[in-house]
Amino acid sequence: MRHDHLLTAKQLSRADIETVLDRAAAFDDDPEAASERYADTLLALCFFEPSTRTKMSFETAAKRLGGDVVDMGSVESSSVKKGESLADTVRVVEGYADGIVLRHPKQGAAKMASEHVDVPVVNAGDGAGHHPSQTLLDLYTIRERAGLDDISVGIMGDLKYGRTVHSLAHALTNFDVRQHFVSPESLRLPRSVRYDLHEAGAQVREHEDLEAVLPNLDVLYVTRIQRERFPDEDEYEEVAGEYRITPETLDAASDDLAVMHPLPRVDEISGAIDETENATYFEQAHNGVPVRMALLDLLLNDD
Amino acid sequence: MTDTELRVSKIQSGTVIDHVSAGEALHVLKLLGIDGTGGTTVSLGMNVPSDRLGRKDVVKVEGRELSDSEAEVLSLIAPEATINIIRDYDVVEKRRVERPEEVGGVLVCPNRECITNAGEPVDPTFAVLDDGLRCEYCGEIVREDITAHLRD
Repeated sequence: MRHDHLLTAKQLSRADIETVLDRAAAFDDDPEAASERYADTLLALCFFEPSTRTKMSFETAAKRLGGDVVDMGSVESSSVKKGESLADTVRVVEGYADGIVLRHPKQGAAKMASEHVDVPVVNAGDGAGHHPSQTLLDLYTIRERAGLDDISVGIMGDLKYGRTVHSLAHALTNFDVRQHFVSPESLRLPRSVRYDLHEAGAQVREHEDLEAVLPNLDVLYVTRIQRERFPDEDEYEEVAGEYRITPETLDAASDDLAVMHPLPRVDEISGAIDETENATYFEQAHNGVPVRMALLDLLLNDD
Repeated sequence: MTDTELRVSKIQSGTVIDHVSAGEALHVLKLLGIDGTGGTTVSLGMNVPSDRLGRKDVVKVEGRELSDSEAEVLSLIAPEATINIIRDYDVVEKRRVERPEEVGGVLVCPNRECITNAGEPVDPTFAVLDDGLRCEYCGEIVREDITAHLRD
């Protein structure tokens, strides 16, 4: 893998993905193996939107590699509040750090930032756009649970605004994966993602009900249906219940079904699922550290 | 000279944009930044008969030769257009428009959440697809009514 930045999952080939996942597996097996590799390396965390898992796992990954982080802090306490542009912010931060992890509410923000700096930029979520490092840990988790070829993956919830969904859908086109998208009509995949999947020749089906497709799935990737997206509360209530996973829902599923979620969840996965063999979301979150260690290792390494 | 060409006056020097899709002439002017206030002499023929297109628009701009980048963007709204460069009443160059691989700086991304609409120092750039345009930043695809997104 040789990329200057990680901006979208679309830029990742199968070989790139396998390189990251293999290296992540090595770090997972032996977290101390690279503990001094990036001493004196500083990673800048620029989060213009709230984040818990992504931010902390990047911070943990940097420190596990022997490096450290500088954190922009909240937007409220930064120069952004004074009207500074993102372009200026990253140009300043470039002078402090060896790489920039950027989360921003505007789509395309990471790409624009990458055009203004010479250090690697990692897109840690750009509005409803992309979240490629999440996708790498999703793929790592899927590979561990089901393998990455000849599988059926259901992706359910808010497919329209869910950036993790968009990135995952793109990345899965590198593998022999049947993708089933389950959502209310109003939250279907955006046209741009459907266009890419079509161009990539992906095996894609869209559904409004989980029921018909659930028995055939190896993985069910659930995302939160975002109440705030609906113009009418009743309309939200009507569909939200249809997209909630309970033990009863899983009666029709394969015993081996891996239930995944990028987190945070609200009520779309019942707490009763947590203790089952199907629950994979906490393991998935844990995988964020070795995967981001591998990603940073590949992006920050000058060799 | 054909009847169609006689409907609008000949120009001494400048550009004649012929075979513009019927009804698109005003969009061509917008693309060229011509709104009548700059003193440029412009002649328009709209919905005139055309053997090739059935109906077409013709735009004649006095004293101005289209640049290559203007011609590229013209291809998006008038893919059948021909550009005739006129000097001393003679056509010195005649060419068809060609679709570029990307266009920048002339269109606004319709996605309000795109970084190109956030006051940042970035020119909206679009990849040209077979059947539309795609923002290089947010990925938004524009297929219909491209001229509605021309930058003011």
